[in-house]
Amino acid sequence: MISLSDIPVRSRFQVYAPMAVMAAALSTAPWWLPAIGLYQYLGIEIAIWMIFALGFNLLFGYAGLHSFGHGAYLGIGAYAFGLFQQNVAVSLWGGLAAGILAAGLAGAIVGAFISHRRGIYYALLTIAFGQVFWFTSMKLYGVTGGEDGLLGIPRPPLTLFGLEYALRSNVALFYLAAFFLLATVLLMWRLVNSPFGRVLQAIRQNETRARFAGYEVWRFKWAAFVISAMFAGLAGGLFAMAQQSAYPDVMSLHQSGLIVMMVLVGGGLVSFWGPVLGVILYFVARDVLGGLTETWLLWYGMMFMAMVMLRPEGLAGMIHLGWKRLGGASEKPVILLAEKA
Amino acid sequence: MAFFEARNLHKRFGSRVVLENISLAFERGQVSGIMGPNGAGKTTCFHVLTGLHQPDRGEIELEGKSISGLSPQRIATLGVSRSFQIMNLFDDSVVIENVMLALPEFRTRRLSFLGGVFDDTKLVDAATDVLDQVGLAARAWEKATSLSYGERRALEIGVALAARPKILFLDEPTSGLGSEATRNLAALVRRLREHYTIVMIEHDMRFLFELADRISVIHWGQVIAEGTPAELQANKWVRRSALGEAALA
Ligand SMILES: Nc1ncnc2c1ncn2[C@@H]1O[C@H](COP(=O)(O)OP(=O)(O)OP(=O)(O)O)[C@@H](O)[C@H]1O
Ligand SMILES: [Mg+2]
Repeated sequence: MISLSDIPVRSRFQVYAPMAVMAAALSTAPWWLPAIGLYQYLGIEIAIWMIFALGFNLLFGYAGLHSFGHGAYLGIGAYAFGLFQQNVAVSLWGGLAAGILAAGLAGAIVGAFISHRRGIYYALLTIAFGQVFWFTSMKLYGVTGGEDGLLGIPRPPLTLFGLEYALRSNVALFYLAAFFLLATVLLMWRLVNSPFGRVLQAIRQNETRARFAGYEVWRFKWAAFVISAMFAGLAGGLFAMAQQSAYPDVMSLHQSGLIVMMVLVGGGLVSFWGPVLGVILYFVARDVLGGLTETWLLWYGMMFMAMVMLRPEGLAGMIHLGWKRLGGASEKPVILLAEKA
Repeated sequence: MAFFEARNLHKRFGSRVVLENISLAFERGQVSGIMGPNGAGKTTCFHVLTGLHQPDRGEIELEGKSISGLSPQRIATLGVSRSFQIMNLFDDSVVIENVMLALPEFRTRRLSFLGGVFDDTKLVDAATDVLDQVGLAARAWEKATSLSYGERRALEIGVALAARPKILFLDEPTSGLGSEATRNLAALVRRLREHYTIVMIEHDMRFLFELADRISVIHWGQVIAEGTPAELQANKWVRRSALGEAALA
């Protein structure tokens, strides 16, 4: 069976083929989405959730830290983006930076409290902090607009090298989100294969051994939390632009549960691509199944239960198995270094 | 003063006293052995010496500097390395990564967020060197779980060696090994003793008496006898125990 950390270096094809497929799918999406009866806004949503999911899986899959309150950082990113537009300046880069930094700061504070904990205590604390942020967004009326949230958040134009592109259309905003998604994929791929990322995975496997190898474990857990909160903040900033608003529901426990479900169903515990697959599966269920029946969430929930019980490796694990049956995947890892020798 | 010294260590769990006034001294370049019956407190003693448990009382010094109260990760970075009685590896990772993660040059790169690992020939070469020493170079790119029991024990030692320690603590390295694997391990320890200070807990008396320069016997959380293998063979405590008989045979 595959696992997240077993094959450290794959063949170039294995590394770059999925990335190329993804880039091709994204760059052509505005053409084929309407062609298969879907709509442009869906592309934006999917890209945003993929960024959120990839960042979340650094924590959930790679570090093995079970955060069940991660919606909070998506919401903080969304609010920070909106507040920046409304109180500082109408600026895309400023707003996104505000979203990333605000979520990172919240993550840094929460991370400091929880990174010495493990297991159920860790999970419970993440939920508790998530609820604190959600509650604050409801009650801090003067800042957040209470239950209504921040309305009328503009989509600032993209300024790049003195040029300006309007992002008012969903297609334009989609391309921006797709760009950030591809950047997230590349960054995350580097990150999980960097020394920092490998130590993180070692800590997941055996915390005691990692300490005896000389690593200050809680700092790595803290850093993973902060980084993953920052990606959530980026996703939140884009979400505020997409919805042109930010409201408490964005950071609700429901959102936190959704991201866990997506990542698990997709196979985030065994594959880098798990979160991406999970997001696709969810939105296919919502928009295709949802078109057929009102009760789609029930079916999705049952599929989630079946997955957890029968195939905890998720969709990525099933694809790997199918690929292997076809003779495509070798049992032994293909080592890039061997090519040099 | 000895290279590594522990004085008057006390440790109890609740009302259960596990270490009672233990003092040990390990000299540089020597192989020191620790023996004693099951439940005597040997592993607990290692846990205290390497920082996993804090002693209730007592002092621990490495090269004359106190290391009592430091965390395992601090003590590890000061040059104290250990293996575990119950195997403790990164099972999802390949063999070479288990070793790589313990290399000091990997540790200094721990905050590299974008750098490479497996395409870094310096790291790979250093780790391969270590694997060579424990006879696992050929299995470098296989998953740690695919190793046989004996190979996993060898990897345990490899991981401890990778840190290039000043002193190496091995908790029952022969446990569960067949006679051939035990012979290989003895040869390995003989090679290692040229470069390292070694302390090992062992139940296999033949193995221990053959390799150790000095041996301490722990019973009921106390050191009840100490000396060279020859001195211990004459000791009535050791003679009386079934363990001693085996070694004398
Ligand atoms: N964390 C703990 N809490 C309570 N009691 C403990 C703890 N760790 C060890 N003990 C007890 O301390 C005693 C000594 O255990 P230890 O593992 O040090 O023995 P040992 O000499 O290594 O034995 P063996 O030869 O079987 O490995 C045992 O009775 C054990 O039950
Ligand atoms: Mg023991």
